[in-house]
Amino acid sequence: MVELAEGDRDDLNAFITRCELPPLREGRLSGHRVAVKDNISTAGVQTTCGSRILQGYIPPFDAFVVERLRAEGAVIVGKTNMDEFGMGNTTENSAFGPTLNPLDTSRVPGGSSGGSAAAVAAGLASMALGSDTGGSIRCPASFCGIVGLKPTYGRVSRYGLVAYANSLEQIGPMAGNVRDMALLMSVIAGHDPRDSTCRNQPFGFPPRSEIRGVRIGIPEEFFGEGVDHRVATIVYQAIERLEELGAEVIACSMPSMRYALAAYYLTCMSEASSNLARFDGVRYGIPVNHRLPWHEAFRDVRERGFGKEVKRRVMLGTFALSAGYYGKYYAKAQLARGMVREDFARLFGEVDLLAGPTMPSVAFRLKEKSEPLSSYLADILTVPANLAGVPAISVPCGKVDHLPVGLQLIGRHFEDELVVNAAYAYEEAGRG
Amino acid sequence: MNITRRDVGHIAELADIGITQEEMEEFTHQFNVILDYFDLLDRLPMGEFRRGDAPDEFNILRDDTETPCLPQGEAIRNAPGREDGFIRAPRVM
Repeated sequence: MVELAEGDRDDLNAFITRCELPPLREGRLSGHRVAVKDNISTAGVQTTCGSRILQGYIPPFDAFVVERLRAEGAVIVGKTNMDEFGMGNTTENSAFGPTLNPLDTSRVPGGSSGGSAAAVAAGLASMALGSDTGGSIRCPASFCGIVGLKPTYGRVSRYGLVAYANSLEQIGPMAGNVRDMALLMSVIAGHDPRDSTCRNQPFGFPPRSEIRGVRIGIPEEFFGEGVDHRVATIVYQAIERLEELGAEVIACSMPSMRYALAAYYLTCMSEASSNLARFDGVRYGIPVNHRLPWHEAFRDVRERGFGKEVKRRVMLGTFALSAGYYGKYYAKAQLARGMVREDFARLFGEVDLLAGPTMPSVAFRLKEKSEPLSSYLADILTVPANLAGVPAISVPCGKVDHLPVGLQLIGRHFEDELVVNAAYAYEEAGRG
Repeated sequence: MNITRRDVGHIAELADIGITQEEMEEFTHQFNVILDYFDLLDRLPMGEFRRGDAPDEFNILRDDTETPCLPQGEAIRNAPGREDGFIRAPRVM
């Protein structure tokens, strides 16, 4: 464990920008120091999304969630490092250098909200906001041994979140324990007319340690090929613990898992190719060369401003949507996405929650995932929840060697409280 | 699917992204690996398909009335090229 108690040092590179934004008034988060992922807009404080193309961009407005933090007494202590625009699961795809895992600095903290998770795990912040498009809150929560929730799609306003894949992403809370995480969730959930996908449904706090009688499904595919057997063993033990606490554990199957990863990547790449068209050096970011013709000028800015993973995803998304390939790629991905939703709907007719590992392994070594496809494959257990828009939490459930393992619990749409209560029951039992 | 260097160059052009020679080589190899993986969608059962439990979908519209917005100066403050309160862009023609 890295010693970071002495004040301000950020040896882990958890932050892109440090700040000390005071609260507007006292509130439920008074006394809390909160870190905010750098794709969430903060008025007057640089917001880069981990990209060179946005270096120096100062948003003129606060995201809804930042307004809520400041209105409820939180001090915002900085903007956290991330994979560029959220594209990655290691935080190595940042233009500002990788973040290190506080539990083992030869390893990644996960991603893309790796800076947020590392800041919490190292004690540089008591809570943090992340965003989760395909696991970007849950993966780093799992790798850094903290708690992170991807809320139901529509539960938290995305106003002020720099969009990457709108149909998948949600802002969510991260903290060292379930209660703090639930407190942060209760502050950021709720109605905002500026995000038309946002429902008016506040989040109930405090969590209740309730698990008795809850039916938990264990899809066999969650323990399939590619899942480290040591991770699987730890997670099975956690599930046994839930059973001892009164949950009913039921074996089940989710055949659409076979297609989920391809469906996810084609969808997010396609959406990214459209969303990231706005980064042209004209309205913000590194300046465009006005002497060049339009397309040449944009190509030049985007060659210099985007990292390799962003280029890959925008290009593959462009390809998947292009005439002649749309039917083969994008349309089929949407069909597979429908199958994933249908599988969840069927399973949630029989059980209340689904459980399994958050990630197939413990934290990777730095540079271990240098081939894109091998990195993508590690997202297989987290992407289904985003495809269906259902809530999912990662809660620490043990260690393999010295590295943390996360238990993932997934629930029905808008039943975020049930997911959090189950995680709370598990955590409380561990304390006792 | 077999993607050639020429295809990668064409996609980069469509996406308005400049890439280096080195990236062209690297991406050609990687795109083939990734698209080979995506080909598993060809094995999707194409039978009857239901939409699953999509939550009720309805449009959320507000009244068509003026609401406060950013002042012009604030809205364009981040633009690297500005002229007389406007954003300067490269020539189109």
